[in-house]
Amino acid sequence: MTDKARSPITSAAAAKHLKRRRAADGRFRYYGLTAILTALGALAVLAVSIGSQALSAATYNVVRYDITLDPAVVAPEGKSRPADISRNVEGFYSLIRDNLLDTFPEAQEDRVLRRELSDFVTRLAVLPTARLVAKNPELIGSQITVTAPLNDDLDLYLKGGGVRERKIRTGLIASVQAGAEGTYALQGAGAFDKLIAGLTVAGEGRATDAVQMDVLLTSGASTGRLTSITPGAATMELLTGKAEDFTNDRPTARIILSPESERTISDRQIAWTLALKDMGRIKREPRWTLLTNSDSTYPELAGGLSAIVGSLLTMLVTALVAMPIGVLAAVYLEEFAPRNRVTEFIEVNINNLAAVPSIVFGLLGAALYINFLGMPRSAPLVGGLVLALMTFPVVIIASRAALKAVPPSVRSGALAVGASQMQTVFHHVVPLAAPGILTGAILGMARALGETAPLLLIGMVAFVGDVPKSPMDESTVMPVLIFSWSNNAERSWEPLTAAMIVILLAFLLLMNGLVVFLRRKYERRW
Amino acid sequence: MSDHIVSAYSEELERLSADIMKMGGIVETMIVDASRALGANDLELAKEVVLRDPLVDAIEADAERQIVSLIARRQPMGHDLRMILSAMKISSELERIGDLAKNIAKRAQRLDENVNPEMRNAIIRMSQPVSRQLNDVLNAYATANADKAKAVWSSDDDIDHHYNSVFREMLTYLVEDPRRISAGAHMLFMAKNLERIGDHCTNIAEFVYYQAVGDYLSELERPKQNQV
Amino acid sequence: MDTSQGMSPVVDNNLTLPPIADAAAAPRIDCRNIKVFYGETQAIHDVSMSFPDRAVTALIGPSGCGKSTFLRCLNRMNDTIENCRVEGQILMDGENINDADVDPVLLRSRVGMVFQKPNPFPKSIYDNIAYGPRIHGLANGREDLDAIVEKSLRRAGLWDEVKDRLMAPGTGLSGGQQQRLCIARAIAVQPEVILMDEPCSALDPIATARIEELIDELRNRYCIVIVTHSMQQAARVSQRTAFFHLGNLVELGDTSQIFTNPREKRTEDYITGRFG
Repeated sequence: MTDKARSPITSAAAAKHLKRRRAADGRFRYYGLTAILTALGALAVLAVSIGSQALSAATYNVVRYDITLDPAVVAPEGKSRPADISRNVEGFYSLIRDNLLDTFPEAQEDRVLRRELSDFVTRLAVLPTARLVAKNPELIGSQITVTAPLNDDLDLYLKGGGVRERKIRTGLIASVQAGAEGTYALQGAGAFDKLIAGLTVAGEGRATDAVQMDVLLTSGASTGRLTSITPGAATMELLTGKAEDFTNDRPTARIILSPESERTISDRQIAWTLALKDMGRIKREPRWTLLTNSDSTYPELAGGLSAIVGSLLTMLVTALVAMPIGVLAAVYLEEFAPRNRVTEFIEVNINNLAAVPSIVFGLLGAALYINFLGMPRSAPLVGGLVLALMTFPVVIIASRAALKAVPPSVRSGALAVGASQMQTVFHHVVPLAAPGILTGAILGMARALGETAPLLLIGMVAFVGDVPKSPMDESTVMPVLIFSWSNNAERSWEPLTAAMIVILLAFLLLMNGLVVFLRRKYERRW
Repeated sequence: MSDHIVSAYSEELERLSADIMKMGGIVETMIVDASRALGANDLELAKEVVLRDPLVDAIEADAERQIVSLIARRQPMGHDLRMILSAMKISSELERIGDLAKNIAKRAQRLDENVNPEMRNAIIRMSQPVSRQLNDVLNAYATANADKAKAVWSSDDDIDHHYNSVFREMLTYLVEDPRRISAGAHMLFMAKNLERIGDHCTNIAEFVYYQAVGDYLSELERPKQNQV
Repeated sequence: MDTSQGMSPVVDNNLTLPPIADAAAAPRIDCRNIKVFYGETQAIHDVSMSFPDRAVTALIGPSGCGKSTFLRCLNRMNDTIENCRVEGQILMDGENINDADVDPVLLRSRVGMVFQKPNPFPKSIYDNIAYGPRIHGLANGREDLDAIVEKSLRRAGLWDEVKDRLMAPGTGLSGGQQQRLCIARAIAVQPEVILMDEPCSALDPIATARIEELIDELRNRYCIVIVTHSMQQAARVSQRTAFFHLGNLVELGDTSQIFTNPREKRTEDYITGRFG
């Protein structure tokens, strides 16, 4: 090998070939990057859309009421035991309603207005107050400050949703003169120019005169509805407050783009809400009730506690059933079972079982546990058993993979010092496979945690107002709750649903985080 | 025997064995030419024979280096190990034979005019079986023939017989004419050298046998009849 | 192998001195007509040989020649392989270890084994050694166990290196130390025989030399059988060598004889590097 042959790599053809190879490399890298960016983009869109919705549900508006706990109302004769007080919804509710009527006296005489005002707070919202008083009877007779969540539609309105409106600051109102039937004539040179221009813009695309647009004018705690507008004057119907407030003021006009008949809230309710806000009685607070309240038909009261507890109980049952059975089955199949037709048949069927649609397990659970064994419907026990059926093939497959990954040298090492096969397996192989087994089990559980379909079939979709105390109690779970809430018609359920999804995702991330932690901590020990 | 998987190893062994053969060839011609120079009183040839010895020494030194390198790098086993060990021994035996042949050639140059042709013939007669012995053992080495080696080894007695008879013959010449003492002494040493060359051939035969068979000839009973 | 100071014949008998171990005189294990089958394939053909006590027997041969399979017969590790069938008699103290009533678990406490790749348990150094005595109930209490651990580590020449970190994981040691740990683990259950399946093939030359020195020391107590791919290693550590080829025992003899003057052409070809 003394003669120096020219390396073929340096020839022109080879250089061209090399360039093509490099280009192919580059293209492949680009495709991969594109795929990843697409996935990340989709994830980001999901996170932003759910996150922003959930964020609006993370806080809510509460109204402050200063009420005097009149013993005759709160604890009337014969109903003064703490248990009675805590159940005296009507009494506490009437205190709050009276407080509202005192604030807005214009509603006192009119039945329609009274009902509209009563909508501000749901009866059940007083329960925490009732419980507090029942626990501390010494409060009776004193004046206390309580808060109750604002009606969900008004809450949504305050957060800028539900009703589309435009705000325009008017010019200076020079004089207010009372007219007939509670109407007032407002005058001010050019005070309404901008408002008229705004109305024209808002009505664009439709004939201006055909548009039924309410215009509310707010000054401080007072609000009125404009019935006619010219550049220098307008006629206003006072909804709440005092007409004098408007004099020498530049009130805010709200052009509400949908007619009153198409809204869930009336002009007067908007006026009252704005008034309460002006009085500083409305505060935006973090919505802890999402985690501490149970389900409710009123969105402002609804929370996920019962579903979270139900999910935890269900997972507990699933874990207790699926993990031991799955792990032991995997250990037997991997370490002890003789290799023959029967074992192969079982293995194939376990793999098949993992691919069976989850709703089938729901049908099986309904038939087996509820109809045949007579277990209670809607109970975490049954839900857990159904999910266990679904999870344990996954656990078996993951555990077998983990056991297979244990190097055979560990087995031979143990056998060579005279360990029996069971000692070898349980002293050496299983501890080494434990992180993998746990990883598989937790991932299986995470899948079960997000499962809805099979639980619908065993009746876990029922409305559950109480927190379940045992796996035998009626219960629901988080994904089913999300499903139920998303079926509700009212708009304010939307952010709530999103918030619940975020909570569910948080649980799933927690479990995946546990998996990563276990893997980091215990893997590669040999 | 088939080749090694590592062909360089086979090549190295072949080179070593070729060097030994080359050495053997040179030494053989040294014996033949020394006796020829003696017979024809050819001082030039005798001088030339003496000059061949450094070449033998150089080949021996080179063979030794090859052997050290082979042992260090190849870790020889089995037949290869025996072959290398034998080569080491045989090369040093051949080097000694070369020295003895050189000595004969040197002495051939120092003989005075008192030497009679009978004396020269006695040495030449003795040199013939010795060089045949060397030739046989080198053939045995080249063909790795244990039987031939054993035959050489067994026939050392013939050389001894020759030596004894040359010794007696020389003594007779010296007794006849004391002027021949100086040349006779040289002649006696030549005979002794030839006898020792025979012994070295016997040693070489032992190593050839060991290389081929793996057993030691010296442990066998050699047919010895008489000694001086 | 430093034998410069102690010129005792026990250490220095590899080449010229007659072997101290005479297989016929004191065989620890006597194998008769061993045949091993994997399913229909026969891996070992009718091998009969014996292993002397207090001596190292090396099994050499090309890959797949059955030397490891044969080694694994001696502690019935082949039992763990499905389809593997062993025929013939393996006598230890006159008892055939292939008998159905011999418990392989008990047998393996008498016949220890060290593997090609160091395979310490992923536990502490202490627990690695203590595991065997624990499961066999060899120790009465903690102190006894401590003593066994120390003695085993000392015999494996590892004590001085690890005595300060017995609770450190065994997998944290270097390759050579791990292998000596495995030897200590095998010694801890007080075996009579130690089988080694290419114990140095994953180690560097220095670590290999340490193991070989250890094998030389252990020879004074145990019957050692070592499978090795390195002929030099077989030549260095063993007193007797057996050459296997295609499942047959081709030649068995004193190590010095096998490596200088093998009787069989196949052996000669193998040890001189002419195979193929």
